[in-house]
Amino acid sequence: MAELLALRGVNTRIGQYHILHGVDFGVEPNSLTMLLGRNGAGKTTCLRTIMGLWRASAGSIQFDGADIARTLTPELARLGIAYVPENMGIFAGLTVSENLVLAARHGPLDAKRLDWIFALFPALKKFWHSFAGNLSGGQKQMLAIARAIVEPRRLLLVDEPSKGLAPAIVQAMIDAFQELKRETTLLVVEQNFHFARALGDAVVVMDSGRIVHRGRMAELAADEALQQRLLGLALDTHQ
Amino acid sequence: MIARLLSGDLPRSRSLAVALALIVLGLAAAPFVFPGTRSLNVAAKVAVFILLVASYDLLLGYTGIVSFAHTMFFGIGGYGVAIAAAKLGPTWWNLALGVVAALALALALAFAIGLLSLRVRAIFFAMITLAVASFFQILASQLSAFTGGEDGLNFRLPELLRNRLTAYYAVFLIALALFLVLLRVVNSPFGRVLLAVRENEFRAEALGYRTVIYRTIANCLGALLATAAGVLYAIWLRYTGPDTTLSFAIMIDLLLMVVIGGMGTMYGAAIGATLFVIAQNYLQDLMKLAADATSGVPMLPALLHPDRWLLWLGTLFIVCVYYFPAGIVGRLRAR
Amino acid sequence: MSLRSDWLPLALLAAIAIAALPLMPSAPTWITLTIAGLAMGMMIFIMASGLTLVFGLMDVMNFAHGAFISVGAYAGASVLLTMKSATRASSLASNLAAIVPAVLAAMALAGALGWFFERVVVRPVYGDHLKQILVTTGGLIVCEELIHVVWGPDLIALPRPATLTGSVLFGDAAVERYRMLAVFVGLGVFAAMWLVLNRTKIGLLIRAGVENTEMVEALGYRIRRIFVAVFITGSALAGLGGIMWAMYQESLTAAMGMQVMVVIFIVIIIGGLGSVGGCFVGALLVGLLANYIGYVAPKLALGSNILLMVLILLWRPRGLYPAGK
Repeated sequence: MAELLALRGVNTRIGQYHILHGVDFGVEPNSLTMLLGRNGAGKTTCLRTIMGLWRASAGSIQFDGADIARTLTPELARLGIAYVPENMGIFAGLTVSENLVLAARHGPLDAKRLDWIFALFPALKKFWHSFAGNLSGGQKQMLAIARAIVEPRRLLLVDEPSKGLAPAIVQAMIDAFQELKRETTLLVVEQNFHFARALGDAVVVMDSGRIVHRGRMAELAADEALQQRLLGLALDTHQ
Repeated sequence: MIARLLSGDLPRSRSLAVALALIVLGLAAAPFVFPGTRSLNVAAKVAVFILLVASYDLLLGYTGIVSFAHTMFFGIGGYGVAIAAAKLGPTWWNLALGVVAALALALALAFAIGLLSLRVRAIFFAMITLAVASFFQILASQLSAFTGGEDGLNFRLPELLRNRLTAYYAVFLIALALFLVLLRVVNSPFGRVLLAVRENEFRAEALGYRTVIYRTIANCLGALLATAAGVLYAIWLRYTGPDTTLSFAIMIDLLLMVVIGGMGTMYGAAIGATLFVIAQNYLQDLMKLAADATSGVPMLPALLHPDRWLLWLGTLFIVCVYYFPAGIVGRLRAR
Repeated sequence: MSLRSDWLPLALLAAIAIAALPLMPSAPTWITLTIAGLAMGMMIFIMASGLTLVFGLMDVMNFAHGAFISVGAYAGASVLLTMKSATRASSLASNLAAIVPAVLAAMALAGALGWFFERVVVRPVYGDHLKQILVTTGGLIVCEELIHVVWGPDLIALPRPATLTGSVLFGDAAVERYRMLAVFVGLGVFAAMWLVLNRTKIGLLIRAGVENTEMVEALGYRIRRIFVAVFITGSALAGLGGIMWAMYQESLTAAMGMQVMVVIFIVIIIGGLGSVGGCFVGALLVGLLANYIGYVAPKLALGSNILLMVLILLWRPRGLYPAGK
């Protein structure tokens, strides 16, 4: 199966710091790839580079066969790539409805799709006219994800969706992601291994700006010694 | 020995060294080489402004902060001397009192402004310094009983300084000494940290330097030296008023001098101030000639009118910011 | 513009107006001063709104904004002064025949200057705040000098059009006609901006962009194309404010833009950088306070703005309505 997204030899520099060193991995279509690693491993930089927010100084990024390393961010979004940043990036001064209207670039919100989103995240319906800034952390995260799926997308880049969320909400997230997996491709950065294990089909591990492991999630989940070596933690641990 | 005097910060360019030597010698010998009140006035103004611009370069060129309040400190120095001499009497003791009071006030204000604004972004800081300087200007013109209002204060000096020659050399030598002190500061470890902070504040913080402290110290030091320049200017003019010290026009002139001369070089201040003050006094005569000569051509006389010299300097300033951030000194050194 | 949720600053505005009442010798005086304050505030709002929006959205502080004000004033004044017969006539229609072109000229020239500035002066220094401050300050000086070249260095007197002179009596209170016009125009501009920002998609984009430009791009919008439009609109508004201010003062100098810049900075800091609503409330606060204090304690009047700014910053360090970033 041809990879939907492929990074080859990607290097990224920010100022004088060389963050990504020859990053090489691919994402298969209709799967969920987990990007794991310690703090500061370069996972966020990876997503941002793919999304054009930071420019790769070397290497190639292929999306559906086309090289997107030099493509500007708005164009990438128009190609069908959605980005949910670590700080969620919701617009606090806009209402929930305005946030979603803005994300629906192609026209008015589709009623059926909206119903599906409300089924996944009931809180959004309840706070439809509230300012996004007044939502709780978990609700903001739901809004951020809702924004990314308000129209069909081909690839979702999600940065630490479970960060700082209460366990009950994390479970709601897992359920939502299980549904999303069926319709689109996802590349998710996570530090929460429990979350990762529940959802990941493929896994890529980074350390110090390099890829140190690529493979199936099932294999990594079964190999505690490998987990310990790569991530410094054992199964069933979360942040 | 010269190297030690200049704290190791050599001109590094033959043309620059020659220019600087000419300036120092010219100023030292001014009363004899350029006789006449007008030229001596120009020389004294050059000396004072070299110090003032150098103190501003400490802020702009070395610390990377744009402050519009620098002329406020210049004014505080001038008014300190003026109020003490005019209201208390022209004795050494009163003069010293005025100077110390001015320095103390300047330090307090610089510290307060620094604490209030250096934690925020550069833009916020610039706007707040503009507002504070404007407030001070209003204060100076409103408290006319104290400050002489719009007319300013004329005053007499102690016996020794009444001789124009003595006054001139006092101003020149003190300005020179304080300039050398500035050179020492920017070439010290403190100065190097300032440059590091200017280049990459984030990294400096990561390396353990509390950048707010360094910037506050730089802010205070710059303010104190500007105050000193104000004191010297007042001593020379025997007058202080809002026009000679506090006006926004002077603040703009400072910006022009420091950028055209060369930011972050100290010598840029010397070159910039000298060129500017001389141009201000003599170039305008040249422009008048040119304007008269082209009187038939439309628009041209208006563009060349001596009052429009800021137009040309302003354009030169903008060009420098884009293409020659190291100013004249940078160009000379690049050769 | 979350005025709907946070009414405290509006309450402050009302409180100051009400608190001033007992300090006045009579109610009519209070009415006159309040209208004067609101008028001044409205004009300052018109001049300042562009600057705060440009800063909020594009992260550019244009110190040359004062030049747009002056240029607008001069352009408008040139039109008014050439149409003396229309301005001196006592019919509103004739006056408008002069005022409307004057205002259009002011906005057009200021807007054009804004377009030039954005392309040539500001674009090369996006992201570098230090250079922005230097370059735009330089631009301010050059523009002021060019005004001297084109229009001469002297102060130009600008009498108000005939139907806008004098006052109207409401009972015992005398209210200047021009000031009432200023209040209406100001409200009109604010309403128009409010409608665009809150009821149109482009307004939505701008509000979102003020908070987080990067995210707006990640949603697929080429927001940088809006930057130019916003910059030009801001400059045109400055031009409008300029001609109105010139008619208010009945004179023009090249330095007028620069002179009002300090007040404008104070207003946008009070309002919160990037917030049009904050700018509106801040401008009215400054206008009212300047007029009340100018009557009660004239010596304090000039410094009152700065004291107000310090007090507001102590209450809300990021201004009345911080708009993100």
